[in-house]
Amino acid sequence: MTLDVLDRPLNREGVAVNITAHWPADWIDHLAGIEPGSPLAALRAEREEARRNAQRSAEALFLPAEETVFSRAERAAVGLFVAGLHRQAAAFAFYRDLLISQPGGLELEAAVIAESRRGLTEGPYGAYPDGPLSVENRSGPLYRVTPDLVAVLGPRLAAALSHAHLLVFHPRDATADHLQALLDAGWDTTGVVTLSQLVAFLTFQIRVVSGLTALKYSLPGV
Amino acid sequence: MTEQVIRYPAQPEPAVFTQEELGWLPWLDPLPESALTDRHRDGLVDPSRAKSPYFMLLVRDPEVLEARTRTDKDIFYNTRNGLLRAEREVAAAATSRVNGCIFCASVHARFATVHSKRRDDVQALLDKGISGVEDPRWAAVARASEALTETPAGFGTRDIQALAGAGLSDLEIIDVINGAAFFNWANRLMLSLGQPVEQAAA
Repeated sequence: MTLDVLDRPLNREGVAVNITAHWPADWIDHLAGIEPGSPLAALRAEREEARRNAQRSAEALFLPAEETVFSRAERAAVGLFVAGLHRQAAAFAFYRDLLISQPGGLELEAAVIAESRRGLTEGPYGAYPDGPLSVENRSGPLYRVTPDLVAVLGPRLAAALSHAHLLVFHPRDATADHLQALLDAGWDTTGVVTLSQLVAFLTFQIRVVSGLTALKYSLPGV
Repeated sequence: MTEQVIRYPAQPEPAVFTQEELGWLPWLDPLPESALTDRHRDGLVDPSRAKSPYFMLLVRDPEVLEARTRTDKDIFYNTRNGLLRAEREVAAAATSRVNGCIFCASVHARFATVHSKRRDDVQALLDKGISGVEDPRWAAVARASEALTETPAGFGTRDIQALAGAGLSDLEIIDVINGAAFFNWANRLMLSLGQPVEQAAA
């Protein structure tokens, strides 16, 4: 079987999959390895609205009911990139699967993984407005997608990865110029809002997973 | 035609962490109130949020905003068997202090003061950072928030032990994790979609 004859998304074993049916009911439980009926599941149920709406947020961002210009493959590609930047293994595997199950996703996978590796650093860093807080300024790398990669990813997705790196590692450096760069690359205002929500949401979801995973290994009997 | 951001060349930026009220100016056009549909109103959850340029910008994706707002409300307001309101606000303010969101820190430092009546302790967090927090419970909450805010997350079982050692129950620990994680979401939107501005004295 060769890639150019595929017209349906494949899973990692090369089997055609249903795009929406096989995703877990609760992605945070899935990523943190929380089993139904476990002590941690019972604790999460005490914050049921938060649990349910964190999941609704994930589905609205990654599996939107209506297709927009910001395609599902692009959304999953940004998800994989951000999960990679966080070095969160479960999220990385999950968003990788999500990406390759979307039309056009498989073609993006290798480049996005390579970029997430190239973008690795530690945050948060960034500069404050000139003044007493300037002593807390912390410098860090400025990530930019290379021109040959823009050809692979397309200008919109390339600009999205640059913006995602800024938001993940040095959000206090963000300026209006960064949003203008997205608009110049072909994003519209609503698309920038959704992209910003998607990246910012992931910085929440991945931290909940890290936190709950640490708690899981601290509970008696685990 | 390519859209253009909104710029405010004459507006001075606040340069210190403060409990004073700050304004916030969006770099992209919020949806005009006249353009709100029922779907947008559902997304806003609270009708009063139609007065906020921040929420009127986010409402351009109403499904996401609605789910986010309901997540936010349960994490911060559902105190059943869990962490005190003030301590959740300490997690939010500490996270904002670490990420450098002067606007978010101002709002949630004020809330922490309102609920705890401990203005000076809150101010110490703003002035000195996480290491300025002296109360053992608050210090454990602030340090856990800091660890969880690092990328990659520096949060582990030692942080859980520190929170438990400060007297937090497992559900209270989840409230800290949720609160700090949620402010990583909020800080990034506030920092990247607009800028804080000093409010003119009334």
